[in-house]
Amino acid sequence: METLAFMAANVPVIGHRMLEHVSLVGVSVLVAIATGVPIGILITQNQAAADRVLYGAAVIMTIPSIALFGVLIPILSLIGQGIGYLPAVIALILYAQLPIIRNTYTAIMNVDPALREAARGMGMTTLQRLRRVELPLALPVIINGVRNAVVLNIAIGAIATYIGAGGLGTFISRGISQTDIRQLLTGAITVSLLAIMADMALVGLQRAITSPGLRLR
Amino acid sequence: MIRLDQVSKHFGPLVAVDRVDMEVPAGEVCVLLGPSGCGKTTTMKMINRLIEPSAGKIFVDGKDAASVDEVTLRRSIGYVIQQIGLFPNMTVEDNICVVPDLLGWPRRKSRARAADLLELVNLDPGIFLKRYPKQLSGGQQQRIGVARALAADPPVLLMDEPFGAIDPINREVIQDEFMKLQAELKKTVVFVSHDIDEAVKMASRIAIFRDGRLIQYDTPDAILARPVDAFVAEFVGSDRTLKRLRLLKVTDAMMADPPRVRAEDPIETAVKLMEEHGHASVVMVGPRGRARGVVRLEAVQGRKGVVGDHQEPLPGVVNVKSDLRTAVSEMFTHGLTWLACVDDEGFYKGYITQRGVSQALGAPYKDR
Repeated sequence: METLAFMAANVPVIGHRMLEHVSLVGVSVLVAIATGVPIGILITQNQAAADRVLYGAAVIMTIPSIALFGVLIPILSLIGQGIGYLPAVIALILYAQLPIIRNTYTAIMNVDPALREAARGMGMTTLQRLRRVELPLALPVIINGVRNAVVLNIAIGAIATYIGAGGLGTFISRGISQTDIRQLLTGAITVSLLAIMADMALVGLQRAITSPGLRLR
Repeated sequence: MIRLDQVSKHFGPLVAVDRVDMEVPAGEVCVLLGPSGCGKTTTMKMINRLIEPSAGKIFVDGKDAASVDEVTLRRSIGYVIQQIGLFPNMTVEDNICVVPDLLGWPRRKSRARAADLLELVNLDPGIFLKRYPKQLSGGQQQRIGVARALAADPPVLLMDEPFGAIDPINREVIQDEFMKLQAELKKTVVFVSHDIDEAVKMASRIAIFRDGRLIQYDTPDAILARPVDAFVAEFVGSDRTLKRLRLLKVTDAMMADPPRVRAEDPIETAVKLMEEHGHASVVMVGPRGRARGVVRLEAVQGRKGVVGDHQEPLPGVVNVKSDLRTAVSEMFTHGLTWLACVDDEGFYKGYITQRGVSQALGAPYKDR
């Protein structure tokens, strides 16, 4: 009850933190899509490269987020950006790589070889095949990877407050340091809600842009 | 239309295709036949350069295929595969229009073409144009696979076991439909198959492969009648003579211009005619020459009157356009030694006997 009263009294602050959080996650995931999807496509051409890239991305996932933020501080200090928004976004971009690259790679590899052969035999170039056949078929699986990345980054983004990047994690860190259960719960609840809403929005997007021919059973 | 000149393909130490020479004339269906791993599919795929030959030259429509841009080449050759390979993300219409779209046809023209092609393969455009492949049966999908290959009206079609994945009943239907289509369109078709019956049915020429070598290249009847070696003989089957029944027409074994009588002729005339020809019966025709009945020597010898009073119904009749398989089946079904042959109008054209069928089948052997 107390928590609800606190939340009601602090709607503008919560809204502000929410925007910070969305900006962190949104920007990092968009950049991760822009890098991860092409990487995922490229590594379908070479098994050895695929193994290495997927292994590397998996290793990044195992680095604790606090440690990764810590590592980025001295590096980015060189350009005066040691703490705050930039290191947080960079860390989140790195974490988002694995689900996006892996799903893109798997989806393209799983395209029925007969379709690839038909496309080639009818005179599609590699790029036409990718654009007209392989990507449309891979799209639902790629978006699943993006959903993973978004939920993951919303969770990890809550820790970015420790390097001064703001976001909903601020309520949690203050709640801990001030032993204020209201702030702690406010942070936890809003982060969860954001994750659920973002995921639902992406499911909707997935439906909207997947060809009806793939949804049929 | 298609010429292979000493074409070989090596995969490392393995020789998949070994110095193959062959020519497929325009408008013919050439079936590449052989056991799996014999090089037939590799040979076909070298024609549209899905596989590049290691040696030799391939000419399509007089042009060296290696000198044409491979994408341009493939767009000018229809391609049908066994797995059909319709793109599940596209509607039937968009699937058919793949090559026209790649060639940059105006949308209106390509979509009108798609509707025409659906009609051509016996599917209602109103129902099927906007459907997706997953909503169709296997037979419908393969019809659309064929329509898609025909979309840009290529002179050449390559078909890789196109009807192999379809159940036997539908396969016969689609084969028949395709033959009808082919009779109209006269494409030059290279067709890979491992099924001798399919080959005999579809081919104007059959090329038999073994271990990458072209063993025999000939008409279906010649392959069945005169296999060049034991391998071919075994591959086409010990019943190869029976298979030839499908290829030969009633006219090939028919005795044309047969004796005949009319209802008003006196019996004596009929008896005389039969004795003259050494026949045990003679067909009675109507005023304009339609086969009406038969008079048997045994039944009328010594009788008086006119033929019309002693005629019996015709025991068996076969259309002159039928194949010998139909004729022989008719004979065995009714235990007959001969059949009257009539045309579509029912006019009496001749008769066919078991002996005549044997001779027609035996004739090529005696040539040697």
